[in-house]
Amino acid sequence: MIDSIRSQNLLTLNDVSREAIVEVLDTAESFVEVNRRTIKKVPALKGRVVASLFFEESTRTRLSFETAAKRLSADVLSLAVASSSVKKGESLRDTIATIDALGIDAVVLRHQSSGAALQVSRYVPHVRVINAGDGLHQHPTQGLLDAFTVRQVLSERAGTSGLESGAQLFDGLRVLIVGDIRHSRVARSDIAAYSALGCDVHVAAPGTLLPADIENWPVRVVEDFDQALEWADVVALLRLQRERGSGSFVPSLAEFTRTFGLTLERARRLRPTTIIMHPGPMNRGVEIDSRVADLPSAVIERQVANGVPIRMAVLYLTVAGSSEGVP
Amino acid sequence: MSSGELRQTPPGGLAFFAKSQLLTGEEVERALKRMAHEIVERNHGLPRLSVIGLQTGGVAFATRIAELLHDIVGDDVSLSLLDVSFYRDDLNRNPVPKSTATTIDHDLTDQTVIVVDDVLFTGRTIRAALNALSDWGRPRSVQLAVMVDRGHRELPIRPDYVGKNLPTSLDEAILATLEGVWIGTKGES
Repeated sequence: MIDSIRSQNLLTLNDVSREAIVEVLDTAESFVEVNRRTIKKVPALKGRVVASLFFEESTRTRLSFETAAKRLSADVLSLAVASSSVKKGESLRDTIATIDALGIDAVVLRHQSSGAALQVSRYVPHVRVINAGDGLHQHPTQGLLDAFTVRQVLSERAGTSGLESGAQLFDGLRVLIVGDIRHSRVARSDIAAYSALGCDVHVAAPGTLLPADIENWPVRVVEDFDQALEWADVVALLRLQRERGSGSFVPSLAEFTRTFGLTLERARRLRPTTIIMHPGPMNRGVEIDSRVADLPSAVIERQVANGVPIRMAVLYLTVAGSSEGVP
Repeated sequence: MSSGELRQTPPGGLAFFAKSQLLTGEEVERALKRMAHEIVERNHGLPRLSVIGLQTGGVAFATRIAELLHDIVGDDVSLSLLDVSFYRDDLNRNPVPKSTATTIDHDLTDQTVIVVDDVLFTGRTIRAALNALSDWGRPRSVQLAVMVDRGHRELPIRPDYVGKNLPTSLDEAILATLEGVWIGTKGES
């Protein structure tokens, strides 16, 4: 169990403690304030080099990691895989060795293979590795920013600050994660974060889109999405990952929408306080109705906005500071 | 607090073991009153004045000084807090400090800024604070008020208002609160 991510790699949320998660959320609060300033930049990582390696396409994760690094005054080496030697068949190991030879302090890695981030952390043990999504495995910063967004919304409603709420409001919070659990690294990181924080997590999905080992996960499976609507404090939808062939796991997209999509009719049956989340990019009309995505209780844009302070917090805690004396 | 009893300073930092008390709460209050009067005198009735307390030790003193300035002049004095963690020059050398709130919500251009901290030591915290403040504009002037100046400066920085000058040795530690000032040592509890 990791009790603080300070000077550690961030590869998965599975072994990260409640205290460590709260430390990231609290640190991110400081960076929300930095992002409100006219000059949105602090010198915490001045002279440090962060390499951003995205072997898979991404808009929000890549942009928010690079924005985060720049706002901490780090230099960013950004590898555009499409125009790099990877296209000539260079191996991951050789690509990392090349970038490491340029002198880097951290790698932010997105890769289509599960376990790629762990592999890279073994190639370059002196460099901090931050997993920005590896195959079907984990997407830790998404799990952290989702928890951060929930805490932010609930503390605002309670008229207090996220810092003051700590982790209490997660106790017994009822989170329902819906859709393509099987192919979703977001679901895996979300579940790890929410359960470490003390939430009650349920998942709803067609049997074909549940992972084979679901009984070992700290969740309860709900057969019928409709019956869980009124139960949920948070409904977290997932993208149906058609590029991973999820389309062939359901009879038809229309059938999936009818049974597990958040349609307008279902959204009306949620309690008005229920928070609707989606990690993006959305398939409007498939897992979420376009009108539902624009409801005030849908916090999808806020999730994107919180990506920057959370990633600033993760970069700051993992990269700044000497590892000596860290408990 | 009696001799030998321990208190945490700063929160989450090393334990502080008190050797002896140097100022009582009353003496601290009297020093703060004098400093407030000096601030008013030097700044001709305080137009455009911002008091900024450094997290975490300077917060209580900044709050009290802002109250005293308000009592003397009758006008509200703007009070903000500043955490300088992200601006420290020892970030690469020490474990990452826990960050706390920064609450400066206005442009400091053309303001007179009074930076308040508990203890002035090497001057590195103040260097970090000066860097941070420049991100909120260009103050007309920045002045420094500290409860205790314990010497051992490593940078060309001097305070404008001092509660008490206390020559110390490097292995001693100072704890300054509104309830009093103590000298002692820091170490693992």
